[in-house]
Amino acid sequence: MAATYEPIATTTLGSAAASIDFTSIGSGFTDLRLVLAGSTSASTYLYFTINNTTTPYSYTYLYGTGAVANSKRNTSGGLTGIFINDEVATGVSDRFLAELNFFSYAGSTYKTSLSKYSGDRNGSGQVQLNVNLWGSTSAITQITLYPSSGNFETGTTATLFGILKA
Amino acid sequence: MATTYTLINSNTLSSSAASVTFSSIPATYDDLVLQASIRNNRSSVMGGCRVRFNNLSTSIYSYTYVDSDGSSATSTRSSATTEFEFVGNGNTSTADTFGSLELYLPNYTGSAKKCFSTFAVSENNATNANIRAEADLMDITSAINQITFLLPGASTYSIGSSFWLYGIKNS
Repeated sequence: MAATYEPIATTTLGSAAASIDFTSIGSGFTDLRLVLAGSTSASTYLYFTINNTTTPYSYTYLYGTGAVANSKRNTSGGLTGIFINDEVATGVSDRFLAELNFFSYAGSTYKTSLSKYSGDRNGSGQVQLNVNLWGSTSAITQITLYPSSGNFETGTTATLFGILKA
Repeated sequence: MATTYTLINSNTLSSSAASVTFSSIPATYDDLVLQASIRNNRSSVMGGCRVRFNNLSTSIYSYTYVDSDGSSATSTRSSATTEFEFVGNGNTSTADTFGSLELYLPNYTGSAKKCFSTFAVSENNATNANIRAEADLMDITSAINQITFLLPGASTYSIGSSFWLYGIKNS
């Protein structure tokens, strides 16, 4: 029987890193799920790129900071990636969780994904839900995660899962 | 079937219960997924549910959420509380309707503070339904080995409420 939820690759950082990269992603699944749990060495924003390209990305998000709830859209043609947390930066060494779900990633239409950032810091923090679009008909073969400044700290874990519909 | 996503335990209530506990959670997985279908006998539409980990009732729980009731969105934060409070249906919500909850807890055996996400809804075929995404933090560095669903006072979870705990392996 086929596995419907299978780890494709996982990375647990043994030392700080400026990015985490999943490459050579095969087309053997229907959807992808990426779970990133960790911390950063600087107060920063997290983003990802697909297939090592810098365009064309757009996204719409709902967020809450504990004081403000709002929705925004980012469709600038100059976007170089999709930000997972836009409003409140991560805290230095504070834990966060990001969950990214890519649908029909190997298909021939533009690629949509849903992401969720959860970063409570006991007195501050943010939760953000995104719907993301990568305006390309190419299959997704690479996903790269970045902090906009600083590094992912030691112990940060990122796992890419493959989901089969049948 | 691969063992990546494995049911550790489940409980579907055949009689009302004041609490539901998953204990002796094995340390053999990387992440945990907790799903629940919840209704209780509290006299409100959104009866909610309360959750503690490792049977700890000290002020180690904090959360930030964004939610919506169908008319507006709000965001709220609570820090250093003695339990998490999530969304679930109460006794005055539409009959036979249960709230739904999914919690994703990564690295539950690790030595870092426990950061996780919760997504929960309480549907009502009228006003006061609720949808909520929440960032959660537990200020403990020990492994998670017990999860308990509670309610305030003498309230109980209703018959048919269901709870499932899954383990996720990342390799």
